[in-house]
Amino acid sequence: MPTDLILTPNMDRPDDIYADLLAAHEGLSKAESDALNARLILILMNQIGERRVLAQALAAARVPEGS
Amino acid sequence: MNKIFEVPLYPYTRHADQDAATPAHHRVVVVGAGPVGLAAAIDLARQGVEVVVLDENDKVSFGSRAICFAKRTLEIADRLGLGTPLVDKGVQWNIGKVFFDERKVYDFNLLPEEGHKRPAFINLQQYYFEDYLVRRARAIQSEGAPLDLRGGNKVARVADHGDHVALTIDTVDGPYSITADYVIACDGAASPIRSMMGLDFVGRVFEDNFLIADVIMEADFPTERWFWFDPPFNRGQSALLHKQPDGVWRIDLQLGWDIDKEQEKKPEKVIPRLKAMLGDDVEFSLEWVSIYTFQCRRMEKFRHNRVIFAGDSAHQVSPFGARGANSGLQDTDNLAWKLKLVLEGRAPEALLDSYDAERIFGADENILNSSRSTDFITPKSEISRIFRNAVLDLSEHHAFARPLVNSGRLSMPCTYDGSPLNTPDALPGGPARTRPGSPCPDVALGNGFLLDSLGDRFTLLAINADAPDGLSEDGIAVTRLSLTDKDDATGALAARYLGDAPAAVYLIRPDQHVAARWPAYDAVAIRAALRRATGQEMQ
Ligand SMILES: Cc1cc2nc3c(=O)[nH]c(=O)nc-3n(C[C@H](O)[C@H](O)[C@H](O)COP(=O)(O)OP(=O)(O)OC[C@H]3O[C@@H](n4cnc5c(N)ncnc54)[C@H](O)[C@@H]3O)c2cc1C
Repeated sequence: MPTDLILTPNMDRPDDIYADLLAAHEGLSKAESDALNARLILILMNQIGERRVLAQALAAARVPEGS
Repeated sequence: MNKIFEVPLYPYTRHADQDAATPAHHRVVVVGAGPVGLAAAIDLARQGVEVVVLDENDKVSFGSRAICFAKRTLEIADRLGLGTPLVDKGVQWNIGKVFFDERKVYDFNLLPEEGHKRPAFINLQQYYFEDYLVRRARAIQSEGAPLDLRGGNKVARVADHGDHVALTIDTVDGPYSITADYVIACDGAASPIRSMMGLDFVGRVFEDNFLIADVIMEADFPTERWFWFDPPFNRGQSALLHKQPDGVWRIDLQLGWDIDKEQEKKPEKVIPRLKAMLGDDVEFSLEWVSIYTFQCRRMEKFRHNRVIFAGDSAHQVSPFGARGANSGLQDTDNLAWKLKLVLEGRAPEALLDSYDAERIFGADENILNSSRSTDFITPKSEISRIFRNAVLDLSEHHAFARPLVNSGRLSMPCTYDGSPLNTPDALPGGPARTRPGSPCPDVALGNGFLLDSLGDRFTLLAINADAPDGLSEDGIAVTRLSLTDKDDATGALAARYLGDAPAAVYLIRPDQHVAARWPAYDAVAIRAALRRATGQEMQ
């Protein structure tokens, strides 16, 4: 069965994870933050790997309210 | 300057056609003696099709042009009889290095697959490629092949009259006219024939300029491809260094969009740039310096009844990925056998429409690849530059990011998926790389190579299978080539052509592409596939 994009809660300890994200950006300039975000996206894309799931993620990001 | 640019290779001489009372008629007229026109003419003439090649010029092409010739081009050149001089003269390389800012982020080894007669590609100046084509044309002429190469013949008018084409040609002795069954327009990216016929050529211009320099130097740079993103000597831009034969090096420097081209081309501007790149103590001299803007575009259709476009006249790509001349040679490889069968009345004219279908498919693939490389090398928005730099930063430490680095993708031959000439795959467990539409991959066999025994005719390749010596359908003959496990010392034949199947029978086209495949000989199926592969079902 092909995996689908998960859009229901899936993070263990969401508050901690979110805080980690903000902490990673702390003290960075806008350019440094943009670069970090780009690297992070690429690393996570590789983790997901499947083009089909990434396409679903891109679509969900583009239209947050759903289609 | 290299003497090769100055020597007329096919100087103008007056031809009897110029004194004919009524226009002389020819089977095929090829307009343009660039790499594509010459390859088309050689392919046709060596198979006995009478062909006249017209070029307004009489020398090899000027300036810095193609340097990378891919394996498929060398395989086609083998079929035309000039693969060996190309490979002997060309430079082979496998190591590439990628630099970002001041540091090397990684290097790669192309590690070509074993069991191919020809390397993944060679570096060779386009003028040598053209020179060897002209020599090959001369050699087959002297063996009686019906090829006539006319320099100083500028095509001024082309008119398609439905069942023939009329051409008016300007020469120093004034104009003359000829007619032809078919015209192949290989007259380059600025194709005057395309304009004369009022045909479109739409696509995308990359708003950027590149300084392309060929420098002669005695430098101890290794035989590798070096590519820089945002180096200190060309801030915010890219650079490429690549070796050619005779101590000539190709340097590409991205310059950006808003520049004064005339100023940038002057030696007093170019030399300091190159010194900053190569180091102050490297002695070099300039062979050529040009500034190019790149485009990716194609004609909507390549076949216009009896005028057929091939090479840069039909499609143009940016040079990242070396797909211009390489794809042009695939055009002629695809067209020559079809035109021959149609001219001999052994296939319907509709077969020529499969040239359109297959080579437009190929052109789109090349345009897609070249556009993507160009977008990576010259990011056109802030966010695309941020992602590009992120890929490069990550590639230094993490292997996963390296496949994303795109400084040009190797030109690979096109697999004609969905072609009207293909018969659906009937070989259970057969490898995907040899499915119908694929170019046959080479295999080392005893003392020779598989591709040397394929091509120019339809072949029935029987592997561990019984098949008759040959067969013929509607005047088209098929010759059998039988191989067994005993011929396959390396196992590559099985890996590339059998996969999980114990045996296979392939129908292979004259351009070495797979038309159909089965687990065993089946006369009825093979005859149907042959009719299909020759366009009998396209009418
Ligand atoms: C900087 C650069 C780097 C490149 N690198 C590569 C590479 O590494 N690999 C690769 O495969 N490709 C590369 N290319 C592309 C390659 O040079 C072209 O794709 C190739 O030359 C196309 O060949 P052609 O025969 O179609 O056209 P051309 O070579 O342009 O030949 C057209 C011919 O038609 C003749 N002609 C034009 N009009 C008329 C007329 N009215 N009458 C008679 N004759 C006429 C011209 O004189 C000319 O000889 C590169 C190009 C550039 C600019």
